[in-house]
Amino acid sequence: MSASILGSPLSAGGCSSARCGAATSQTDQLPASLQQRFQDHPCYSEEAHQYFARIHVAVAPACNIQCNYCNRKYDCSNESRPGVVSEVLTPEQAVKKTLIVAAEIPQMSVLGIAGPGDALANPGRTFEVFRELSRRAPDIKLCLSTNGLMLPQYVDEIAAANIDHVTITINCLDPEIGARIYPWIFWNHRRVQGREAAEILIAQQQKGLEMLVARGILVKVNSVMIPGINDEHLKEVSRVVRAKGAFLHNVMPLISEAEHGTHFGLTGQRGPTPEELKNLQDACAGEMSMMRHCRQCRADAVGMLGEDRGSEFSLARIDALQIDEAFEQAARQRRAEVREAIHAELEAKRATRHGGKAEVLSFTPLARGRPVQMAVASSGSGVINQHFGHAREFLIYEASSKGVRFLGTRRAAQYCGGEVECGEHEADNTLARTIAILADCEVILCSRIGIEPWRKLEEAGIRPDTEHAMESIEGSVFAVWRQMLESGRLDVAPFADQMRA
Amino acid sequence: MSLEIIEGCVNCWACLPLCPNEAIIEARPHFLIEPEACTECVEAYATPQCAAICPVEGVIVDSLGVALNPPGSLQPQVA
Repeated sequence: MSASILGSPLSAGGCSSARCGAATSQTDQLPASLQQRFQDHPCYSEEAHQYFARIHVAVAPACNIQCNYCNRKYDCSNESRPGVVSEVLTPEQAVKKTLIVAAEIPQMSVLGIAGPGDALANPGRTFEVFRELSRRAPDIKLCLSTNGLMLPQYVDEIAAANIDHVTITINCLDPEIGARIYPWIFWNHRRVQGREAAEILIAQQQKGLEMLVARGILVKVNSVMIPGINDEHLKEVSRVVRAKGAFLHNVMPLISEAEHGTHFGLTGQRGPTPEELKNLQDACAGEMSMMRHCRQCRADAVGMLGEDRGSEFSLARIDALQIDEAFEQAARQRRAEVREAIHAELEAKRATRHGGKAEVLSFTPLARGRPVQMAVASSGSGVINQHFGHAREFLIYEASSKGVRFLGTRRAAQYCGGEVECGEHEADNTLARTIAILADCEVILCSRIGIEPWRKLEEAGIRPDTEHAMESIEGSVFAVWRQMLESGRLDVAPFADQMRA
Repeated sequence: MSLEIIEGCVNCWACLPLCPNEAIIEARPHFLIEPEACTECVEAYATPQCAAICPVEGVIVDSLGVALNPPGSLQPQVA
């Protein structure tokens, strides 16, 4: 029996398979010095994201390229996707907001500049924020996200500003494919269109990636999966960026709702199904570390991944608050204490998991049994602690004889908060849409659930389970799978397959 | 001689830092060009910088009201 039985997303010393989707086990493949650099980064570490928070400050409104999945009109407060913000901040406001948020949310470990345009199309504003924060809150890690067009020009400034993580969005290496994703770029004071634009952008991205790696700056690559355009090609992208030294590849699904007004949305280009996304991530994972818990955050997101507390820190409130050196000093102290407590808790959890492994390993008849996908409602800390109806997203796990692995997150359907702006659509079919999102799951684990959703989920072949409320996710997922195995439920095909037949 | 930003501008900021004359004003409901400051980038660049980066068709016009980015000009050239 292999030690991967509990190769759970949370066991840092567990699964070391390159195919395991769990970020902490992904990180096992990397040198210890690298692991240490992102152990507190909620976006890069599946484990860290349940304990640490991040803030994106929207100081970079301008953009220098057009992507067919982006609409430059970004003022809807009800949308949650990259490129969207409610307010653009001045660098001074962004610094003050970060210091206040990091005082009120002491789990804050990372500040990112991700737009809403491109961080490097607004270099003055972006680097002013980084400079000021590295002086006043040196414990907070700095990162930026860019389309890569201006990257080679700013690599030295990035290194000088103590930025240790850069994300480059790379959707292709082939300019033919690029021309179907990027209609134009702004380059050398003119607009360049078509294939020539894609050629320049791709060359700049690759050069920027190489230059960052040469300077020891961690590079993550984001790719948007666009079915029929770059889906197959992304396997090649994954191979190449890994060979050049990117430490993580994050394949994200295209978001293309027509109401967002993007070119892809308006022309009916669909996003991938959860299954297509998972298959591509699996295929790429053979080549390189993959990231499965990305939430495709807004450019002004605040708080833990999967939550957005931005509304608690409105510009009006930030402007009204006064902060001084004593305030900043106290906040730094508090963050250090919280960080130490979290590290201690994680150490204890790891030790417990190691202790618990022997018991699971002694259970032998595990070779049989098909894999089962399960959805989990959790608000963090690695436990099942959320009401089904309160979940804004679900964590998807796969249990099998090989253990438990984290597959990714899926956003729950939401009642649109802005019916006035967004029309009278949806409202009553929210539950039906959530069920559709979870169609390939056989169990939903949550702390509580209402009678009506319970009934409708069961009708769709998704069994609600509240028996494991407040218990650890991976342990519970495995326990439920084992129970299904023992009761013979794994001898029959999943409900979804029965329906298809 | 001056360009003008008209209704339809989405306030995306792209033009503002590029203007060699700092003629663009962050205003609502949309950004504006200060007519006295605008030179249409003549002698500075081959093409007016605001229009070269603007992502919206038809919202930057010349003194005759002609759009610098006419309808269709910013659309993808390939399907």
